Amino acid sequence: MTVQLDARPPVAPKADNPHRSSGRLSRLDTRFSPYLYIAPFFLLFAVFGVYPLAYTFWVSLHDWDLLGAEHPFVGAENYTRLLADADFWHALVNTLGIFVISTVPQLLAALWLANLLNRGLRARTGWRMAVLVPNVTSTAAVAIVFGVIFGREFGMINWLLDLVGLDAIGWKSNRFASWVAISAMVDWRWTGYNALILLAAMQAIPRDLYESASIDGANRTRQFWSITVPLLKPTIIFCAIIATIGGLQLFTEPRLFHSGTNPIRGGPMRESQTLTMYMFENAFAPHYNFGYGSAVAWLLFALIAIVAAVNVLLLRRLGGGNRPEKKAAR
Amino acid sequence: MSRLWRASPLTYLALLVAAGLSVFPIWWMFVVASRSSDAMGQLPPPMTPGGNLGANIARLFDNTDAYFLTGLINSTIVATTVTVSVVLFSSLAGFAFAKLRFRGRNALLLVIIATMMVPTQLGVIPLYLLMTRLQWNDRLPAVIVPALVTGFGVFMMRQYAGQAVSDELIEAARMDGCGTARIWWHVVLPALRPAAAVLGLLTFMTTWNDFLWPYAVLNDPANPTVQLSLRALSDGYYQDMSQVFTGTAIATLPLLLVFVLFGRQIIGGIMEGAVKA
Repeated sequence: MTVQLDARPPVAPKADNPHRSSGRLSRLDTRFSPYLYIAPFFLLFAVFGVYPLAYTFWVSLHDWDLLGAEHPFVGAENYTRLLADADFWHALVNTLGIFVISTVPQLLAALWLANLLNRGLRARTGWRMAVLVPNVTSTAAVAIVFGVIFGREFGMINWLLDLVGLDAIGWKSNRFASWVAISAMVDWRWTGYNALILLAAMQAIPRDLYESASIDGANRTRQFWSITVPLLKPTIIFCAIIATIGGLQLFTEPRLFHSGTNPIRGGPMRESQTLTMYMFENAFAPHYNFGYGSAVAWLLFALIAIVAAVNVLLLRRLGGGNRPEKKAAR
Repeated sequence: MSRLWRASPLTYLALLVAAGLSVFPIWWMFVVASRSSDAMGQLPPPMTPGGNLGANIARLFDNTDAYFLTGLINSTIVATTVTVSVVLFSSLAGFAFAKLRFRGRNALLLVIIATMMVPTQLGVIPLYLLMTRLQWNDRLPAVIVPALVTGFGVFMMRQYAGQAVSDELIEAARMDGCGTARIWWHVVLPALRPAAAVLGLLTFMTTWNDFLWPYAVLNDPANPTVQLSLRALSDGYYQDMSQVFTGTAIATLPLLLVFVLFGRQIIGGIMEGAVKA
């Protein structure tokens, strides 16, 4: 994101305005009213944004039971306990697994979809709306619907598998299968959204680049990988980071995919419990251990930062930077 | 421009498949919502609406575990309040950041951008403790007040105000003796209307859709948002799926309605945001 921080010279209403009855008042106005306008944001944000953030860290250093009268300071104990907690690592692997098998196909499909939408189409807006509609539905509702589509007995996917002669899959009881089902939900929701963002960037690529490439004999596939993809790099990185932040925080989809006695665990054997679900399980019902939950929250934050940084490093290399001709045509 | 950019029949076919996959789960949700409960056990699954919608709606609103009507009313209150507040405060702050000079402006703007990167989960626990202290637990202010401003809104309005409002216009208004407040109201706000509309739509949809924070703070089953009603429905021990699907369909309907009416603006907003990113 490039933020334009420069500005025009200030509009300076010198006191020589004859219509002004009190020049001093207006000077006070120009000087202080900006603070008045941004104050609501900063006041509300300080109380409900910054304070909770810092306080999470403070809580994570305590043995903080909701029902306990005292909250003794325990230092890093919550963190050391967490690092030795098998359920934490299990949730971490779930989160990363779901993240990887959802993000990669999602971005590839979005790229392909954007390429399709970038042609001279009839009913352009109609196609764009159709691919975006999953993004504007209720996440909770969709998670419930997908939970039924991926049902064991009467689910549509297993029925389709049966039609082609394959065995039914326990989408909620098999760990890897539940990752796939949840990734399908995430991809369904976000592919069209990413496609539109990539489409906007594609339309900014000058078309004579393609003209000259095709005169040089490059076919469409070659053009796509040698011109489009390298020039889209910043936007692809942007999409990947947004997907990372969202993917690692996943909560509503896996939580509502499961129902029954203890859905916050993501299935009887914690098949698809994500880190956010694990944080909830510890911080709220049934454990109400706020200190431990806060430690999970901070480690989740650290994880997001690390994965986002790795993303940037990996994607920087995409398309070979300034020398797109070194990339082999596929 | 030639034939490279022409859409072939194959392009349309591929798009048709993509569009079909996008729309299908929503379509099927409405199909099941309008049928009797045994629609769920039928294979092949039914693909056309039935005539049971009215009966399902009646049962849904009679269901004493879900408090669905309360959920709908609560979500309407929350989403409307938050939308009005976000649009108002964002256009105020966005105007200040784009058009007014003041000490610390750049640093404060960076703070706002930084806030957009922080995951909500990080604040859930202390926010919950804060709500306990304020005795807002299980009450709507707990959901409304923390959402009244967003960094995204301020940033978006600042970007838009930067190009939509010319400095000359502001200068002229000042020459005529307008104070900053009147400039905001008479000059800036009208110019920001398109961006305010998009921000309002996106905010309404996000707020209506929110699950995580209401789930944490509204523990009283009798006072849910509509998404929490859905959770109560789907976690219930009975499996009356046509009733559950009627609930999901009704919860999705306002979002689809907004999208059908303002889809063009929403798409424009998303694509424009991308170019600036």
